[in-house]
Amino acid sequence: METISQVNRRQFLQFTGLVSGGIMLGASLNVSGQANKLIDVPPGTPSEALAFNLFVQISPDGQVYIVVHRSEMGQGIRTGLPQVVADELEADWQRITVVQGLANNKYGSQNTDGSNSIRDFYSKMREMGAAARAMLVQAAANQWQVPVQECFANQHKIIHKPTGKNLGFGDVAVAAALLPVPKLAELTLKSSDDFKYIGKPVPVVDLQNFVTGDTEFGIDVDLPGMVYASIQRCPVVGGHLKTLDSKATKAVKGVLAVLTIEPTPLPAAFNALPGVAVIADNTWAANQGREKLKLEWDAGANGTHDSDEYMETLKKSLQSDGRVVRSKGDVDRAFDAHTHHVSAQYTVPYLAHAPMEPTIATAVVNEQGIEIWTCTQNPQATRDAVAAKLEVAPEKIVVHVTLLGGAFGRKSKPDYAVEAALLSKQLGGKPVKVTWTREDDIQFDFYHAISAQQYKAALNENGKVIALEGRTAFPSISSNWSLDANFASDGEVSLGFVDMPFELDNLRLQTHRADTHIRIGWMRSVSNIQHGFAINSFVGELAQAAGRDSREMLLELLGSERMIDLSQSGVKKYGNYGEPIEKHPLDISRFRAAVVAVTDSAGWGSKTTADEGWGLAVHRSFVSYVAIATRVKVSKGKVEVKEVHCVADCGLVVNPDRVEAQMEGAVIFGLSIALMGEIKVKNGAVVNSNFHDYPVLRINQTPAITVTLLQGSEIPGGVGEPGVPPVAASVTNAIVAAGGPRIRDLPISGHLLV
Amino acid sequence: MMKLNINGEIHSLDADPEMPILWALRDILKLKGSKFGCGKGLCGACTIHLNGQAIRSCVTPLAAAEGSELTTIEGLSADGSHPVQQAWLEHNVPQCGYCQSGQIMSASALLAYNAAPSDTDIDTAMAGNICRCGTYPRIRSAIKRAVEIQEAK
Ligand code: FES
Ligand code: FES
Repeated sequence: METISQVNRRQFLQFTGLVSGGIMLGASLNVSGQANKLIDVPPGTPSEALAFNLFVQISPDGQVYIVVHRSEMGQGIRTGLPQVVADELEADWQRITVVQGLANNKYGSQNTDGSNSIRDFYSKMREMGAAARAMLVQAAANQWQVPVQECFANQHKIIHKPTGKNLGFGDVAVAAALLPVPKLAELTLKSSDDFKYIGKPVPVVDLQNFVTGDTEFGIDVDLPGMVYASIQRCPVVGGHLKTLDSKATKAVKGVLAVLTIEPTPLPAAFNALPGVAVIADNTWAANQGREKLKLEWDAGANGTHDSDEYMETLKKSLQSDGRVVRSKGDVDRAFDAHTHHVSAQYTVPYLAHAPMEPTIATAVVNEQGIEIWTCTQNPQATRDAVAAKLEVAPEKIVVHVTLLGGAFGRKSKPDYAVEAALLSKQLGGKPVKVTWTREDDIQFDFYHAISAQQYKAALNENGKVIALEGRTAFPSISSNWSLDANFASDGEVSLGFVDMPFELDNLRLQTHRADTHIRIGWMRSVSNIQHGFAINSFVGELAQAAGRDSREMLLELLGSERMIDLSQSGVKKYGNYGEPIEKHPLDISRFRAAVVAVTDSAGWGSKTTADEGWGLAVHRSFVSYVAIATRVKVSKGKVEVKEVHCVADCGLVVNPDRVEAQMEGAVIFGLSIALMGEIKVKNGAVVNSNFHDYPVLRINQTPAITVTLLQGSEIPGGVGEPGVPPVAASVTNAIVAAGGPRIRDLPISGHLLV
Repeated sequence: MMKLNINGEIHSLDADPEMPILWALRDILKLKGSKFGCGKGLCGACTIHLNGQAIRSCVTPLAAAEGSELTTIEGLSADGSHPVQQAWLEHNVPQCGYCQSGQIMSASALLAYNAAPSDTDIDTAMAGNICRCGTYPRIRSAIKRAVEIQEAK
């Protein structure tokens, strides 16, 4: 049962830190009967289930405050969510102030990952806006003593239709606040024809601040008396400090103290890594002092981990017994009956997120409680990790979310905030800012998993695929919480592997063992990266083996326009990105439409020069469908990506300009992975250190990018991540078409100049 | 005591002359528009102007700035009206925004000495500025737009 409720002023302050008067509304999933709220409480609602998702406040001067409870990291959510509320509210966009929410369970999940901010909160926010509008209209009708049906809201005003007289939102805000909150069932939502902001390219609210440098990121937090920390961490996960000599460090001007962070037993979770922190009166002095530390580490059991050797271990694992996660028909018999076989192995190395702003947190820890300012995707997990480590009740911890200078999944793990809190505590409550260097960022990440995959198919005499077997092996993110997680989880298998869309009578998919030796984390589209690369590469190989056009092969494999029911082929747990399958089915017509649109956009089949070629890939992730066609040139052992066409069907789109920007960014992120992304580990420690040896795409390597949006559904799908998975295979397929080699092991820079 | 001319104002500060300008700006003078991204001159997030030239402030010591004019994003224009800033607004360039002050400082330095840059000129001048969010296509188009705005002024 869903309700909408009012919150009082004190609570609003508590959630946002904002001071203002007027009405406040909160949409809630489940509401408890706290006495100080005007709440429509359904009987039997558990008291702890109060979960506010969003707040609107209107002050008597007419200013509308909209709380965004999700983190802004470049996806435009501080604009997208308010666009939806403001549209239903009939507010004037110029009179909106966006307020960042604090960590609070009452919002529901604030974990800004999984491309779900709009997916999960679109309807909620429409209801929020509509409820506030209804109350404002009612208040105006009461004041005029006219039937409410004669009144409507339009651009920050309530208008009386018969007479044309009007009142501003601010004029009726206080009276509206006293009215009962409408029930959900009584709300009238706007017709999509009347949308003023939803579906429009509204510029982001922080734009002016971005271009004048007037913003607050995690690195910009500044508190009176604040000191700066730089931490040398143990290079191997599970290791610890043996000896410490800080004499030279303490002689550095500006260095105030040298502190240690003790190890926490594995699994790694979001714990702070063991390390030695240099505290100074500026960042540079802290870094200088740190360079002079003389440290010896005991590497522990992971000290022998070597990423090259481990890749061989993974490939071997693919030949051992696996766990079947999807099966249909009789694959073995089909392989016996059809002797034209194609098989290939694909690998993707460890990858680092490398957001432009490294992980940074500032903390104050004293008897009153703990206050943290940080660039986090997950303020609630930040609060909980700090609460657990410092043994402080979560209610005594305030987490302020700054802007995030990129995140891509890294900033949903709050180990850096735990560090800041531990150091502030050791310094007796002094504010401490922990700034990770780029070297720290590259060497102490939660890495995208190294992976190996194998596909094998049997073709008939017409070049049609009769049977397919797929295998995957990679260390699981679950290993952060469970030391014996040595197979991919159901959740990870759901990311573009088990939901492989091809129409085949004989199919078997299995996962294989993979142990974990470094911290593994989710990175922009997660396991879809390797799964999208392998399956789309294999389609290219099948087309080549059969002497067929790869577009034709891809469309044939996708097969008839249908909804796939994975339970028919023995899939027990399919995550579907947290969405009910009825609401977001695996819809082959949307795959096909994306492929057709992208090949139309690219002029598929048109002639290229002999050293150029096109590659194609399509992938569904986060319930959106993205197809990519890429043209490359290969000459003198060098590949140049010339042109990328991206067609994205993310369902209903709130801000098309930001969705296009996300797709442009995802293509570029995907090109970094395909062309040059590789983290190497030797003796348990990451070898790379900065952008010279962990390069990411630069402007001079960036192709022309054309984005086209399709709308295959009235419901929003994910936007931030789905553009990434099809990129790599579109490039490697194009390289073959351009007369280059088939590259099965990423990155491409291991085989060709980029 | 060192004396620095930053955005037309003289600042005196007591700091190690070896300290990179970036950290003096950020931690001492509290001018935080210039960002840290790598500390090694590899990413351009810290780009400022020294006598009109784009430099990486993370690898340029304070000693190199004495007697010179420094301009940071805060001083590029009083109100965000520099043609590059205007073009950035029109083309909705930023995503997370973190690299953008560096991008804008590099682009404005480019336009100051090359009023009509070619596509290659743009790529060459901007190749030192990483944008992990991938705003490069819009940076290219916004620089072309900035050229038009600059010409019209
Ligand atoms: S921070 Fe100066 S170039 Fe990267
Ligand atoms: S806008 Fe995020 S790094 Fe450039």
